[in-house]
Amino acid sequence: MTTVTDAVTEAPATTVPEPARRKSPYPYWFILPGGVIFAVFFLVPSVMAFWFSLTRWTLFDQEFIGLDNYVQFFREPALASGLWHTLIYAVTTSGLKVVLGMALAVLLTGPILGRGFMRSVAFFPVLVSTIGVGLTFQILMHPTRGVINQALDLVGITGPAWLVDPDWALLSVAFVDVWQGVGLATVIYMAGILSIPGEYFEAAKMDGAGAWHRFRNITLPLAKPATVSVILLSLIGGLRKFDLIWAMTKGGPGFTSDVMASVIYKQYQAGFYGLSTAGNVVLFLLVILIALPLFWFFNRKEDA
Amino acid sequence: MSTRTRPNYPLSGLAIVLFGVVFLVPFGFILLTAGKTAQESALLDFSWPTEWAFVANLQAVVEARDYLLIIAFINSTILTVASVTVVVILAAMAGFVLQRRKSRVTKVANLVILSGLVLPPAVVPTIWVLQKIGLFKTMPGLILVEIAYAMAFCVLLFQAFIAGIPKEMDEAATIDGAGPVSLFFRVVFPLLRPIIVTVVVVQTVFIWNDFTSPLYFLPGDENATVQLTLFNFQGQYASSYNLLFMDILLVTVPPLIMFMIFQRQIVSGMVAGSVKG
Repeated sequence: MTTVTDAVTEAPATTVPEPARRKSPYPYWFILPGGVIFAVFFLVPSVMAFWFSLTRWTLFDQEFIGLDNYVQFFREPALASGLWHTLIYAVTTSGLKVVLGMALAVLLTGPILGRGFMRSVAFFPVLVSTIGVGLTFQILMHPTRGVINQALDLVGITGPAWLVDPDWALLSVAFVDVWQGVGLATVIYMAGILSIPGEYFEAAKMDGAGAWHRFRNITLPLAKPATVSVILLSLIGGLRKFDLIWAMTKGGPGFTSDVMASVIYKQYQAGFYGLSTAGNVVLFLLVILIALPLFWFFNRKEDA
Repeated sequence: MSTRTRPNYPLSGLAIVLFGVVFLVPFGFILLTAGKTAQESALLDFSWPTEWAFVANLQAVVEARDYLLIIAFINSTILTVASVTVVVILAAMAGFVLQRRKSRVTKVANLVILSGLVLPPAVVPTIWVLQKIGLFKTMPGLILVEIAYAMAFCVLLFQAFIAGIPKEMDEAATIDGAGPVSLFFRVVFPLLRPIIVTVVVVQTVFIWNDFTSPLYFLPGDENATVQLTLFNFQGQYASSYNLLFMDILLVTVPPLIMFMIFQRQIVSGMVAGSVKG
């Protein structure tokens, strides 16, 4: 009580309202500290990358060489194939996450015993160290002694040599990525499915629609925002993926599982900073080229 | 969908078997191998150890390379706690103003935030920036980078949450004489508790598990984080699978504990973030 009256008596009523109304209670300087850190350690490097990619660069010295880094990048099959692998990897992982995430979400929102426990179990790998997952699966995928191929042997299937076979290495890593990340897709889909009013399903049932028709005509279209999220999230994540690939194959055998992020790291390790940064710019443009049309496409469709 | 229907037993059975094989076997494998002797673990099979060497393995891993794992745990803890604390405060402040004040400045800021969410960071130029300001290969440098990388996502979460807090509250506080700082820290910030918990938990898990940033920005053994030590462990002790898996297990324990305590927040936070992204 006393503080309130004090404040009122201390400040003459005529002067207080004016500056108080002028000054916004939401000052721009609140954005500043976070904004400065973000600008210095994210935006500045991103912009500078365009310049450094045009130089022969040792971090201390730089010599302008024009587009030579890019020419070299696209000429050397070992580097350029990284671009293809990145696309294959991102499309495979996000496609599988959409399909399997949806399937698991339908299962885990259905009349199932122990679904709370299974929801947790499916989500847990999302939180576990990617390096740990990569090293574990490297051993589970051992061509002859690994648990996966031994289990396949039991049912009479000869499993591939997973990480050692050049044709399989990239896909094998992609499968592990799906194993680790499908829990997030599932959770997003579960949120989407649970927000669909139950009456829709009941009405459809009354009209004699079977399980497949209810899924096809109710769940699938109404869970579309979830699908958009899953696709965008896993595509963007897949295009940038580094840690899992590095832990499992280091881009090998040969260069058969090298993606953009591992090419960037290898060139950096080898001291080719300009070339490495050119790779970064290529990845940058690739992400924009894929993300922008998707954003536009999904937003437009949702308005209609 | 409601749960009125009775459980579908055949489907439940199938689901439980499927989940067991696909998700629990790998974790069981980690746990069992971490408890085996070196010879038994070298078989790489999924079997019960004939002789438990759990404690001995634990000791061996902790003592390996002059207690490097302990140092790595300390480093990772410092990195995680410092980055998460700073990013929560700064992102909440920014999210508050960006949500409340609609202007050209905030419009541009929102576009920039979107770019931070989508674009891959340019790593080598970031090293150049760190070197210019003398923070390359230092913990503060890595902390600042982690903050920068987490900023966009966190600001978006805070913005979305603050949209649900009535603006009338700000007005009431302002009329009572609160300036912007006390309005935010004494009135708004305490109301953000649920989303703060979400952001803290999700970012703690992300930064604890981050491998790429320490690899680029903080190389070297004396500064090793747990993920780096884990990755290097494989090369050092190539055939000691029991120790490798004990290491994997130890590094996984902190996120596991987080998960068990904050399960609900983790999931809602992941969904909130992803729906926005």
